[in-house]
Amino acid sequence: MRNFDYHRPTDIAAAIEAARADGAEILAGGTTMVDLMKIGVWEPQALVDITSLSELEGYDVGSDRITFGALARMAEVGDDDALKTAAPVLTESLWKAASPQLRHAARLGGNILQQTRCPYFRDTAYAQCNKRNPGSGCAALDGGETNLHAILGGSDACVAMYPGDFAQALVAFDAEVTTKGPGGARTIPFADLHVLPGDTPHIETILNRGEIVTGITVPVTGALKASHYLKARDRESYAFASASAAVGLDMDGDTVRDARIAIGGVAAVPWRARAAEDSLKGGPLTEETAREAGRIAFADAVPLEGSEYKIKLGADVVAGALMTAHARATGGE
Amino acid sequence: MTKSSKPPKPGLSRRSFLGSSGAVGAAMGLAGSKAQAQDAPELAAQEQRHISLTVNGQRRTLGVEPRTTLVEALRDVLGLTGTKIGCNQGQCGACTVLLDGRRINSCLTLAVTADGADVVTVEGLADPTGNLHPMQQAFAENDAFQCGYCTPGQILSAIACIDEGHAGDAAEIREYMSGNLCRCGAYPNIVAAVEAVRDGQEG
Ligand SMILES: Cc1cc2nc3c(=O)[nH]c(=O)nc-3n(C[C@H](O)[C@H](O)[C@H](O)COP(=O)(O)OP(=O)(O)OC[C@H]3O[C@@H](n4cnc5c(N)ncnc54)[C@H](O)[C@@H]3O)c2cc1C
Ligand code: SF4
Ligand code: FES
Ligand code: FES
Repeated sequence: MRNFDYHRPTDIAAAIEAARADGAEILAGGTTMVDLMKIGVWEPQALVDITSLSELEGYDVGSDRITFGALARMAEVGDDDALKTAAPVLTESLWKAASPQLRHAARLGGNILQQTRCPYFRDTAYAQCNKRNPGSGCAALDGGETNLHAILGGSDACVAMYPGDFAQALVAFDAEVTTKGPGGARTIPFADLHVLPGDTPHIETILNRGEIVTGITVPVTGALKASHYLKARDRESYAFASASAAVGLDMDGDTVRDARIAIGGVAAVPWRARAAEDSLKGGPLTEETAREAGRIAFADAVPLEGSEYKIKLGADVVAGALMTAHARATGGE
Repeated sequence: MTKSSKPPKPGLSRRSFLGSSGAVGAAMGLAGSKAQAQDAPELAAQEQRHISLTVNGQRRTLGVEPRTTLVEALRDVLGLTGTKIGCNQGQCGACTVLLDGRRINSCLTLAVTADGADVVTVEGLADPTGNLHPMQQAFAENDAFQCGYCTPGQILSAIACIDEGHAGDAAEIREYMSGNLCRCGAYPNIVAAVEAVRDGQEG
């Protein structure tokens, strides 16, 4: 690992000032940052450790809204019983991610900003990677393995898959992110935080230099209570998703009043499947309609060599998750 | 190793994928990306930072570089080699220690970030007279290891697993011990050891 300067400010103004400097990066739990620094993918000149900003800790499960500080730990939130009842999709997408050790270190702000696991991005022996080295090409598309890549939202420049789990729950349930930066404070719809790769896959979010994520807010809705995160993994636990779905249902008798669907392990950014949601609204939730919603969620998918399996697997995961959410909505679970 | 150039594969959509928010981001020249230091000169050797840790109950002051990981500080600076390095990437759990009571991967933790913290390693588990911790005892009695390389990390993780209340049944133990890999496949006996301590059969 290359040398760097280390700062640990105790107030947010100082943290913003330090983080806006050229070559500086923000450090939270470090499970993405230190990993990528060790393998030479990121070589910051300075790290600004924000873990002493105690106002970014903690979280609150309210009746209208659930709020998380950016420094809340994946483990404490994922294992919270009150949250499990109020919003199962939020706890499930956290405890099914990574490992207990990683979840104790990792913070929610860092979690949503985690990096792709594209093997060529992670291996500096490959010169071609537009995300790591803009304009150099893409080793995955240029004859590499593409079985772990995005089948939705990719571009000719980059087909890296966004691997996080929690973000799928956030995008499905209209979360917002609050930030503070050199330009002041702002609130960003979670759906706008990540940007599609297009021609500039090295630009991953709309955050400015020095802008610190301070918190995440999720509005409480009917569908949030009857929600579920289903994750298909190669191993039973401790693996990234091959395909996953964050879903929720609000039922009016036998009729779907509101449906939420986001799909993970398949897209370039956290991915909401609105057409699939719309296909369910106003009708019954049956195994057939759930399967149809799964198919619709992948209607625009562009399979890459080796990733064709994700279309069927992903549709099955959506359908399965909806059946569980339906059982929760109707008191069957 | 640099991969040779081949034409892009057919079948890829040629749509423009840049969404509206992306266009805004690009137009405003926003960052949102990691500046690569590849073209920047390496910083001069960093001065050592002095940090203090309470390691297994003893206060220790040590000098580390910002890039020194906690496992390197424990092993190379303090000589506590009970904590192992396996993958060095957060995947195997061999480097598990308790940091302020929480189990973490010490290979992904920078030592400077642990300044002022309380660290427990496998060396700190036996009592001062040398009696093994109940979990160490249970690992021995249940043959929960073969080569023993993963064992220090397994034991610290197992202690935390019970403390956190995640040892309800074998399935829960497996899930909450999944951050510790064992190449020798001692998993069934590790689960048995955790169950034994949970049930108070040890100590
Ligand atoms: C072996 C392994 C397996 C994993 N498996 C999974 C999995 O199955 N599912 C899953 O979802 N994740 C998985 N992860 C990813 C893991 O969840 C993330 O590494 C973690 O959540 C990142 O949080 P952190 O606090 O450690 O972030 P850091 O590493 O500290 O930071 C990550 C990024 O976010 C930025 N950042 C952090 N906080 C802020 C803030 N408040 N404001 C602005 N920028 C900020 C940093 O600059 C950096 O770019 C895995 C990771 C590893 C190493
Ligand atoms: S898919 Fe993206 S991250 Fe992976 S090699 Fe291509 S440009 Fe790099
Ligand atoms: S050595 Fe730290 S997790 Fe493998
Ligand atoms: S006992 Fe050999 S790796 Fe676990």
